Amino acid sequence: MITTLYIFIFFIIAAALVAVETPHALSAVIALGAVGFGLSIVCLFIGAPDIAITLVVVEILVLIHMIRATLQRDIITIMGPFSRLNVIATMLIFGIGVAFFYQVALQLPPFGQAVMTLIENSPSRFYLEESLNQTGAASAITAVLLDFRAYDTLGEATVIFTAIIGALALLRRTVKRERKGKGAGDA
Amino acid sequence: MPEKEGMSLIVKEVARLIAPPIFIFGLYLTLTGHLTPGGGFPGGVVFACGFILVVLAYGGKRAFRRLPPEGASKYDSGGALLFLVIGLIGSLVGGHFLYNFIQAALPGTVFHLLSAGTMPLINIAIGMKVAACLFMVVMALTLFRLAGEKGGES
Repeated sequence: MITTLYIFIFFIIAAALVAVETPHALSAVIALGAVGFGLSIVCLFIGAPDIAITLVVVEILVLIHMIRATLQRDIITIMGPFSRLNVIATMLIFGIGVAFFYQVALQLPPFGQAVMTLIENSPSRFYLEESLNQTGAASAITAVLLDFRAYDTLGEATVIFTAIIGALALLRRTVKRERKGKGAGDA
Repeated sequence: MPEKEGMSLIVKEVARLIAPPIFIFGLYLTLTGHLTPGGGFPGGVVFACGFILVVLAYGGKRAFRRLPPEGASKYDSGGALLFLVIGLIGSLVGGHFLYNFIQAALPGTVFHLLSAGTMPLINIAIGMKVAACLFMVVMALTLFRLAGEKGGES
């Protein structure tokens, strides 16, 4: 298990190096996608399936957008006769997906019933029972956000920080160029 | 004497009346995040909305004399650093990153303002960060575009 984790971590590092060093934009985007999917598998291994699902969704969205941004010619025309096999395969895969979804939906607790009433020693019950004793905070939500899961909150704050740095860097460059042009016009 | 910057006199007077309660409400949400619903994120958003109201009503020049965008950048970085420093002190004192070392040493009374250890400090850090971040986002999207439009005219 630990060995597999290390293999995926080295895969992530290798893909990140490829993304930094490759001269082609499309290769860099695909290598970044490999980093993201590797990270989501690592999250599955360390017992964080919710973050893994979020990472996969974000990764797919970002990959589509960045490939769309990097590809110059994206007009793809498929020539040839209409394939009946493709339709049958698509319907079959869709049907299998629906069957799995139905099986999972039967396992779900009824609507409105909390998971912590069904599972012994569930984390949510632990948070509600122990947050006051262990953290001294009256608000259990804040106790989870800033004590039990403070590392996640730090990650969220870092995301905002990085986003505003990127936005300012992107927007400020044009302003400096405008200012330079304006100063030259004034002089 | 009416100034040319900003909106009309009515908007300025209403903003003058409303802005201080907005700032106080933002501070309240940030400081009592460990007692009631609230916390650094909503408090920071309310605080940034107060600044944006002042900027919209009074125009950029007069508002930026109080809070220049460079200062907002410093508050942003300062909030992030405060969060990190609290986490690192926790890892030095208690052995875990973001360990609640104040609560372990001096447990406060529950439902009092000075309780829950590091949580109010982290809330203040997050509030500073979020307020400065959102203020800078709005300023980046409006001010820089205005500068670009002026450059396009000349």
